[in-house]
Amino acid sequence: MNPGLQIDADGRLRHLLTIEGLPRALLLEILDRAEHYAFDRAGDKKHAVLHGRTVVNLFFEASTRTRTTFELAAKRLAADVVNLQVSSSSTSKGETLLDTLKTIEAMQVDMFVIRHESSGAAHFFARHAAPGVAILNAGDGRHAHPTQALLDMFTIRRHKPDFASLRVAIVGDMLHSRVARSDIHALRILGAREIRVVAPRPLVPAGIEQMGVTVYNQLEAGLDGVDAVILLRLQKERMIGAFLPSPGEFHRDFGLSRERLERLKPDVLIMHPGPINRGVEIEGDVAYGERSVILEQVAHGVAVRMAVMAMILGETGGGRREAQAQ
Amino acid sequence: MKEPSAEPAVTPPASRLPPLPAVLIKNVRLLDPVADTDTTGCLGFRDGRIDYHGPAAPKGARYDETIDGSGLWLMPGAVDLCARMREPGHTQKATMRSESTAALAAGITALCLPPDTRPVIDNTAVVVRVNRIAKAAGGAYVYMLGALTRGLEGDALSEMSALKQAGCVGVGNGLAPVANTLIARRALEYASSLGITVHVVPLDPALANGGCAHEGAVATRLGLPPIPVSAEAVAMRQWISLVEDTGARVHFGRLSSARGVALLESAQARGLPVTADVAAHQLFLTDEDLDGFNAMAHVLPPLRTAQDRDALRAAVRAGSIGAICSDHQPHEADAKINPLPMTEPGISSLETLLPLALRLVHEGVLTPLQAAARLAPGPAAVLGVEAGSLGPGARADLVLVDPALEWQLDPSAMRSRGRNTPFARQNFAGRAVRTWLGAH
Repeated sequence: MNPGLQIDADGRLRHLLTIEGLPRALLLEILDRAEHYAFDRAGDKKHAVLHGRTVVNLFFEASTRTRTTFELAAKRLAADVVNLQVSSSSTSKGETLLDTLKTIEAMQVDMFVIRHESSGAAHFFARHAAPGVAILNAGDGRHAHPTQALLDMFTIRRHKPDFASLRVAIVGDMLHSRVARSDIHALRILGAREIRVVAPRPLVPAGIEQMGVTVYNQLEAGLDGVDAVILLRLQKERMIGAFLPSPGEFHRDFGLSRERLERLKPDVLIMHPGPINRGVEIEGDVAYGERSVILEQVAHGVAVRMAVMAMILGETGGGRREAQAQ
Repeated sequence: MKEPSAEPAVTPPASRLPPLPAVLIKNVRLLDPVADTDTTGCLGFRDGRIDYHGPAAPKGARYDETIDGSGLWLMPGAVDLCARMREPGHTQKATMRSESTAALAAGITALCLPPDTRPVIDNTAVVVRVNRIAKAAGGAYVYMLGALTRGLEGDALSEMSALKQAGCVGVGNGLAPVANTLIARRALEYASSLGITVHVVPLDPALANGGCAHEGAVATRLGLPPIPVSAEAVAMRQWISLVEDTGARVHFGRLSSARGVALLESAQARGLPVTADVAAHQLFLTDEDLDGFNAMAHVLPPLRTAQDRDALRAAVRAGSIGAICSDHQPHEADAKINPLPMTEPGISSLETLLPLALRLVHEGVLTPLQAAARLAPGPAAVLGVEAGSLGPGARADLVLVDPALEWQLDPSAMRSRGRNTPFARQNFAGRAVRTWLGAH
């Protein structure tokens, strides 16, 4: 889908909007670079790659953890960071989304990290941003959450580098999940052997098979023989009654319990984008048990976001400075 | 591709420029869908009525203007079953003058407003007001639907008898649902006792659930809130059941799916008085056109799959869908400048209605005569108005078409105030080169 928007004529990353259509080499380059930031513990954690650059975290949806990891990533690259939490109500007072973008853009901003509840918001901002102003999608509606998928791939690769032999199950609310969609694209690009989607029917969006996945409506069959399990957060407030009878029933049929874990491969990876609902999609002690890599995912999130920011804005990247020089 | 050398010329209607000219068009391909004839010959008209139709020029008759129509088609002017003028109520988007003159230039001589103006067309005062605005605008002839329920709110019947008396050619509830099936049934009973056709856009609100894209692989990949085909099918089944009870005449507007077509055709096969139209864009675009979050392809009902599109085409060809309409919805630019789910649905489509119908002819889907039938007598029959004949005595609502004229749609050159179209920069073959509005 329109790779021209996020990749420039020289094949470099201009924005990161979606995993869909990313060349495999570019995806691997991000992971390799993240490797460097994650495990270069020789000196302090700062890299002055983005010194003098301004990154704005523009969040139209409440978020603390994702916003924090983006903030840390930018700060560790020595960028100036501003956090803006914009409620939807303030945009309904007459200022359009475009007005908001243009107003902040006028303050010589180099990169926007944007989260918005509408699918396509990141594409919208990228299409309207001034030349050299980069858009990093931190989640748009149900569409994409590319940095989450990258950190998931990074985490999987650290433990199981051979994607061609990998069976991965994604469990839970596929219908509303941007994480799942981005993970599916990333796993496909990396050549995963099998991608399974495991959920009750009301939570499986129509035609998802066409993204290259196999759908399972039963947990036991869906998890049989998998190498990694990505659990999705169940938004209880939105689900109950309308999509599912109760959290208890979901846990009974789809929750990852200690007992179910025992039946999986001994080296299976248990992943979750967080925040977890203890006792719904996962039992508490499984979440922090020996096969869980959930906290690693959080740690890797910072490194992956540093890598993306550095590639877009850093010494090899574009950004406003380069646009002005041209 | 070159731009047409001359802008399509428009002859203003009787009310603004009396007397109407007497015109003779010679050597023209005459498409008369009412007589079901496709011949080459001459057609003359004066005082807003056709006075001659024959193979050779009439002897002795004098006309103010004689046109050589070699290589051109003369068709009845299109009757558009659904076009929003945005006036009264939404003049930031467009005005009656801008849109009705755009319609006329594009070969549409009559159009029908849905009742969802602001204020809603649910009382005679609004009908009178809309008529006054339309007359002053001096474009295509404007018919209108009255509201089926008061304020389109779905809970009280409107004064349909008064609305009919005031000139409404049907009633409908626009895109607003009639959630209470008992009210819907009584509305059908009441309308049928008055001989009024009820226009329904079949879209079950609960199943549509505020969505913006066809439920399928594209919406899933893009994460767009989906509208399942059942939103159309469930609504159609419900209204068809009520037609079975009441015998009321129901017209389904803007069909979007193969299942909708199947329900329509089976109801028609059982002799039920149901008709249908389709928006021209549904015969060309599919949900794939949303890719890249293309807000211009955001319409309601949504664009569906190629299979649905092909079923709609087949139904238009067979005649079970008897009319192609524009479903014109002009917007100000801001309405489409947002992430796709937040944009307003709709296409500014007056100026592509006839060209897309001609494209169906070029693609071999319709004969020229069938295209003329779906554009004029088909929709006119739904409204119960006179249109579509090229016979002597018929009203001279006419469009002269150059079927081979190659042109490109340039949004900035559109006459409509709305430039929201997914067909921008596409090449077309054929358009109206001249339109006449007869005596109304």
